[in-house]
Amino acid sequence: MSPIESASRHTISILVDNEPGILARVVGLFSGRGYNIESLTVAKTNEKENLSRITIVTTGTPMVIEQIKAQLDRLVPVHRVRDLTLEGEHVERELALVKVKGSGEKRVEALRLADVFRAKVIDAKNDSFVFEVTGASDKVDTFIGLMEKLGLVDVGRTGIVATTRGGEAI
Amino acid sequence: MKPEESATTGADLLVKALIDEEVEVVFGYPGGAVLPIYDSLFKQNRLRHILVRHEQAAVHAAEGYARSTGKVGVVLVTSGPGATNAVTGLTDALMDSIPVVCLTGQVPTHLIGNDAFQEADTTGITRPCTKHNYLVKAVGDLARTVHEAFYVARSGRPGPVVIDLPKDVLMNKHDYEAPKKPVQHKSYRPQVKPDPKKIEQAIDLIAAAKRPVFYTGGGVINSGPKASKLLAQFVRMTGYPITNTLMGLGAFPASDKQFLGMLGMHGTYEANLAMYHCDVLIDIGARFDDRITGKLAEFSPKSKKIHVDIDPSSINKNVRIDLPIVGDAAHVLEELIRVWKARQPRTDQKALKAWWAEIEKWRGRNCLAYKQDKETIKPQYALERLYHHIKDRDHYITTEVGQHQMWAAQFLKFEQPNHWMTSGGLGTMGYGFPAAMGVQIAHPDALVIDVAGEASIMMNIQELSTVAQYRLPVKIFVLNNQYMGMVRQWQELLHGGRYSESYMESLPDFVKLADAFGAVGLRTGDPAELDGVIQEMIKINKPVIVDVLVDKAENCFPMIPSGAAHYDMLLGPNDRAEKPVSEEGMVLV
Ligand SMILES: Cc1cc2nc3c(=O)[nH]c(=O)nc-3n(C[C@H](O)[C@H](O)[C@H](O)COP(=O)(O)OP(=O)(O)OC[C@H]3O[C@@H](n4cnc5c(N)ncnc54)[C@H](O)[C@@H]3O)c2cc1C
Ligand SMILES: Cc1ncc(C[n+]2csc(CCOP(=O)(O)OP(=O)(O)O)c2C)c(N)n1
Ligand SMILES: [Mg+2]
Repeated sequence: MSPIESASRHTISILVDNEPGILARVVGLFSGRGYNIESLTVAKTNEKENLSRITIVTTGTPMVIEQIKAQLDRLVPVHRVRDLTLEGEHVERELALVKVKGSGEKRVEALRLADVFRAKVIDAKNDSFVFEVTGASDKVDTFIGLMEKLGLVDVGRTGIVATTRGGEAI
Repeated sequence: MKPEESATTGADLLVKALIDEEVEVVFGYPGGAVLPIYDSLFKQNRLRHILVRHEQAAVHAAEGYARSTGKVGVVLVTSGPGATNAVTGLTDALMDSIPVVCLTGQVPTHLIGNDAFQEADTTGITRPCTKHNYLVKAVGDLARTVHEAFYVARSGRPGPVVIDLPKDVLMNKHDYEAPKKPVQHKSYRPQVKPDPKKIEQAIDLIAAAKRPVFYTGGGVINSGPKASKLLAQFVRMTGYPITNTLMGLGAFPASDKQFLGMLGMHGTYEANLAMYHCDVLIDIGARFDDRITGKLAEFSPKSKKIHVDIDPSSINKNVRIDLPIVGDAAHVLEELIRVWKARQPRTDQKALKAWWAEIEKWRGRNCLAYKQDKETIKPQYALERLYHHIKDRDHYITTEVGQHQMWAAQFLKFEQPNHWMTSGGLGTMGYGFPAAMGVQIAHPDALVIDVAGEASIMMNIQELSTVAQYRLPVKIFVLNNQYMGMVRQWQELLHGGRYSESYMESLPDFVKLADAFGAVGLRTGDPAELDGVIQEMIKINKPVIVDVLVDKAENCFPMIPSGAAHYDMLLGPNDRAEKPVSEEGMVLV
């Protein structure tokens, strides 16, 4: 009998034909089968062969994760499904645009923290900044958390993109 | 020649592509968006079009055609309501892995998204109920898409594929491209041949088993008749017992002593107990459906499990598998037989003898027993007599959904694959009659019988008009208990006998109904007349409805109430009081 298994977080990279409806197929599979999506990114990555890469972060027990991958793999326009979490070392990045409004000490503090987090100022007005911060999701989370007290107005996040370490293609 | 002169319209191209895919029959219903296709059909005589009376029936007919021939069934419907009417059939085909290509009309490309007349987002609606679907946006893509759709429908785990065809695409012109063979799809390439290491490991496990059982399903039928032959060969080589799912019936001859009957919710005592007590479970092409497993935590708890399946997503979905083998059933069986022969393993004869002795003891319970009296016909008796009269003829059985379906599975004997069509996964009332039409089209001289309930048959009764038009001598054998019997049974067992809305009030006079459509109606409620009526039905070379008035209160046993374990089977009416259904079980369907 299967032991009680605990859920864990997996980053899954899916290479697909860049065709209309492909995103709906993938997202519909997740919603229809009750899997959860923590983050999803998609963009065309191979112009010549017209392929897109979808990166999905999801959580589930090992049996559910295995099922998610098998379900994705049998979609006709899916070329390859890779579980970066299981395949060992990989790097993940996320980009966020963080808008902060404030003046005086708070404004100075926001700028100082941005520097610590190597966030770039991409827009500045007398009473506001837009920072661009890149990194692993927890770094982005922390930065946003700090900005909350300093006049956070808006956040836009890309969701995670990821790849394996080393020279091999995924 | 100038290109315009050589070029063909999209609709003509489509017909050419279908002919190149060796399509002989299309089940369909016309409408504005597909008129160019109907025009092309009119101008040729290679494709036969069968005009159904409802698009759902077109899909079920295509399913019956496909399941009884191994070919892809083809459907043609118009945009909007034509497409939405087909959705139940598509879902049915998806659940039961039936290869179908469904062509749907669509408003012209420039109107898509404008809420145009009879527009529906067909690819959106059918995305979750097809194996794959396409919207063809340019006539240049049409032929290639059709060929790809047939490849996808029939390869790997078969399923329904929709091609949505905007009207302008059907009218624009382009040159025809014949299919390239063999097709090498750029991303969809299911694994057919198994990993040889896994075959060796499987033989190790199988040979060492003391209490083995084969559990095989619809995948063996999907694989083609050769797989059934190989299955029988391998099962006989081992001497092990075998049980089939509802979808797998016919893959192993029912008359063989090694056959334990169907397993699952309404399966036999011996099959279910063998599943519970076995030490090695060999699954070939069956998907551990909840009708099979019952309570998951207590499903076959002592066994090592081998699962052969062409679809990796079927493996480890519900039940943990010790040895997964991805591949086509026929290919895997071929390898299993080869390695078994080469290794000549010695099986544990003493243990196997004891195992068979135990199985015989379970068999001795005679779990399908029922009492026929002189007054009313028991549905089981009606089916036993039916089988008696058809067994030596070339016959095909379809069913509707309900008690009669389960009794048909229990009391008719299936000796060969592709002769039994039923809606297993979706459980679609209204499936059986149109499916029987599809079977009859493919096998004009065979005896094709839809075993029906009086409620289910009403769901696609309009097809009487179709069988009249094409002179299809389909037989509808109605086990008329005046109830939605399966619903009534659950209400009796789980809801205190409160028969809420399960009585079939105001039923038609089926004899007159048959007459009105130019078919023949027969009726009996007398056990003494039954044989005569069945013989008459067989003799009449026309569509026939036989209205068999059966015991209204009969329940289908054995039954594993939902959420219960295999050993918790109800064997008859007296069992129920002792075993109330758990709360956990009540929420299940
Ligand atoms: C009222 C009602 C009661 C029911 N009660 C029962 C019951 O008591 N017992 C019962 O058995 N069923 C019962 N069913 C049917 C049940 O719901 C399922 O449809 C059925 O059990 C599934 O059969 P299967 O496992 O053989 O799978 P199928 O649905 O036939 O699936 C086939 C499997 O084989 C795989 N496959 C396909 N092609 C190949 C190939 N070439 N090679 C290898 N593998 C392949 C597929 O990937 C899939 O996993 C009932 C249905 C209804 C409506
Ligand atoms: C389209 C559809 N609607 C509802 C159901 C639920 N359902 C399952 S069996 C059944 C009753 C079938 O009655 P009948 O055809 O008379 O068969 P019986 O059980 O009496 O043999 C119903 C309503 C279904 N399976 N399909
Ligand atoms: Mg009934």
